[in-house]
Amino acid sequence: MRNEMKIQFSALSQNESFARVTVAAFIAQIDPTVDELTEIKTVVSEAVTNAIIHGYDNKPTGMVYIEAAIEEDTIHLTIRDEGHGITDLGQARQPLYTSKPELERSGMGFTIMENFMDEVEVISEPSFGTTIHLTKYLTKNKALCN
Amino acid sequence: MGLAVNLELKHTVLCIRLEGELDHHTADVLRSQVEDYLKKHKVNHIVLNLEGLSFMDSSGLGVILGRYKQIKSQNGEMVVCAISQPVRRLFEMSGLFKIIRLEEDEELALQALGVA
Repeated sequence: MRNEMKIQFSALSQNESFARVTVAAFIAQIDPTVDELTEIKTVVSEAVTNAIIHGYDNKPTGMVYIEAAIEEDTIHLTIRDEGHGITDLGQARQPLYTSKPELERSGMGFTIMENFMDEVEVISEPSFGTTIHLTKYLTKNKALCN
Repeated sequence: MGLAVNLELKHTVLCIRLEGELDHHTADVLRSQVEDYLKKHKVNHIVLNLEGLSFMDSSGLGVILGRYKQIKSQNGEMVVCAISQPVRRLFEMSGLFKIIRLEEDEELALQALGVA
């Protein structure tokens, strides 16, 4: 059975915590490990932060959209903004590359998403925004408690 | 949950203790508090104690690297201590271990800097 949820919120940095905690609470029902839960929270934080800083230049009038779906042991996440978009995706996905070094960005956002998720797809169009599709397959080789 | 930043000067080493979540939102709090402190006090080195940190993402890496560069530009050192497994993974991924020294706890971090 597929189970879905959607949220949308203002592009405000205080909503980063709200976003990752909400997604974590939703996926908790398929019983991820503590590590998997941390990975999901981290990638949500990365994608939402990118939307706020790069998509909307920290302007809170923009909205960030998250869709999450769980289907057996698979998690699908879509995180979308309607902001500036990314002109050079290849460059943006390079480890340690940042377009905003003056803001002390580490340039590790996409690298973390790629490391923590099984599939990462980025669709971006300048001045129309960026959509990130993330998929994770949970490991189910956990110890059984009989 | 936000971030609580506790600052304490031990001799000339600034101990920064973090409790809570370090993300883009709270990184600004850490940056401004440490910058203010460094302006007002004579600090040679920094110990960053992450024992109470429950969450961190790449914004945390950015602000830590920023403080490392700041103290390095004054010929100081930064030692990070008491990091959790998830934070360790982020450090490893970004290569931050190659430039920032790690110690088990604050006591050992202070010893590494010749204080304690």
